[in-house]
Amino acid sequence: MEQLYQRDVYGQTLVELGKENKNIVVLDSDLSSSTRTGLFAKEYPERFFNMGVAEQNMMAVASGLASCGKIVFASTFAIFATGRAWDQIRNSIAYNNFNINIVATHAGVSVGPDGASHQALEDIALMRVIPNMNILAPCDGPQTREAVIAAAHNKGPFYVRLGRPKVTTIENKGKFQLGQAQVLTQGNDVAIIACGIMVHEALVAVESLLKKNISARLINIHTIRPLDAETILAAARQTKGIVVCEEHTVIGGLASSVDEVVAENHPTKVIRVGVRNRFGQSGQPAELMKEYNLTSADIEKAVFKIISP
Amino acid sequence: MAYSDTKIKELEAKAKQVRRLIVSMLAKAGSGHPGGSLSATDLITALYFAVMRHDPKIPLATDSDRFHLSKGHCCPLLYAVLAESGYFPLEKLMTLRQLGSLLQGHPDRRTPGINVASGSLGQGLSIAVGMSLAAKIDKKGYRVYCLMGDGEIQEGNIWEAAMAAAHYHCDNLCGILDYNGYQIDGMTKDVMNLEPVVAKWQAFGWHTIEINGHVMQQVLEAYDQAQSVKGKPSIIIAHTIKGKGVSFMENVVDFHGRTPTKEETEQALRELA
Repeated sequence: MEQLYQRDVYGQTLVELGKENKNIVVLDSDLSSSTRTGLFAKEYPERFFNMGVAEQNMMAVASGLASCGKIVFASTFAIFATGRAWDQIRNSIAYNNFNINIVATHAGVSVGPDGASHQALEDIALMRVIPNMNILAPCDGPQTREAVIAAAHNKGPFYVRLGRPKVTTIENKGKFQLGQAQVLTQGNDVAIIACGIMVHEALVAVESLLKKNISARLINIHTIRPLDAETILAAARQTKGIVVCEEHTVIGGLASSVDEVVAENHPTKVIRVGVRNRFGQSGQPAELMKEYNLTSADIEKAVFKIISP
Repeated sequence: MAYSDTKIKELEAKAKQVRRLIVSMLAKAGSGHPGGSLSATDLITALYFAVMRHDPKIPLATDSDRFHLSKGHCCPLLYAVLAESGYFPLEKLMTLRQLGSLLQGHPDRRTPGINVASGSLGQGLSIAVGMSLAAKIDKKGYRVYCLMGDGEIQEGNIWEAAMAAAHYHCDNLCGILDYNGYQIDGMTKDVMNLEPVVAKWQAFGWHTIEINGHVMQQVLEAYDQAQSVKGKPSIIIAHTIKGKGVSFMENVVDFHGRTPTKEETEQALRELA
């Protein structure tokens, strides 16, 4: 099974985009070797600006560049992008509805040893409440490329959430279309909705459930905003309940997005697999995924809260 | 460059007209910020009517000079100079702060001539740095002007931007500091002392120009000097009087964010006649 760093794919895609479009400008705040914007910097130094350790400045500089017609990519770790510079993103980027793509890496506990300060578990929530903001959380390497290209080619601000570790490539996802969820496995007993790194965990759970004669419909939500309500509601109507999986707090992120849609249209049971009222901590990514109940086994357990094995 | 007496007189008259518009629109709106709008009037009148290359018929043309109002609460000043320049009809000024108006309580892109919103303090200098870098990438000759309030530079983001502007040699960028010495809660020296202001900007790598922000000749010469400095950004540190031009508003902190009553408005307009 192919395993790729989403960050590597991001950097390579930036280089690809930079070649075809001279209007693309990239900013980073002293993390270009980690976010891989350094690949773009090497290729197009005249269109790359390192802003130093100053995320607020970076976001507002992005706004000024975009006001002059630039398509801007601004990168740093997810927690610094969305937390440190939230007001700049709200007032200088989203309110102006500029073409600025905030591509943030190191989301979630899978950051590993750096611990709580560096593990963004609130970023989706922080971005989701801002009008105009589009949110993408690609599930693997190839989808990262598609997401970054979609962000570059579509108008308005985007937040693209990437992780730190290598992720397993999911085969046969079908075509990537902005705002359109991907149904990865068919099933009518239960629906599992996931984003990012959790899609692979969910896929492992689906295979295990199948052996127990439970058919699960796995839905990959690569676009959290605008949300594909139709696919979610079809799952609400056609299955006995939904399990939502995200490497994020269970408050305000993907699970909340699903809750809002089903509560308003077709109430059904929704079990959330995510981080519950805790900060992250140091450890190896796999250990942390286990510690925070973010594994395929935890997803299976959640499914059993909807249907008995 | 020497400016003729006629030119100076013309700009002074224009500034007076801009002040009348500021007082009138704020009186009509019933809320807003007169003090800092009046203190920066001469600085921004000079910019729009003598310094910047801009065309109200083609707002935000790619080659136009850029102005960004970082201290967004002083938008009555910006709205007045935009209307006087012909970006939109003067009557629109009387819709300030009304539901559905072109003229929001703080700058918004719906207003002709405004391309970036502001209002949350401390972000504008970064935005101006972005515009400056865009000009460098595109090899365009436009200049970027950014007006900051003195209380505003208490925001850390301003100093991040100041560092970046010097680092990237943004010599097409000219900051303007409206140093009137007051903020909402009182005098800047009491609330959060800014001094030594000039030394701070110099330490951050900026060329500084200190002037009396109400003497038109000095204002114009400051812009010329800023344009002539190469390799680093410039900032005009303009000593001004909050509420300038209306006797009972001058240096009265209450008028930071209070609009005049009917009687006060009549008196103000008499003084500005």
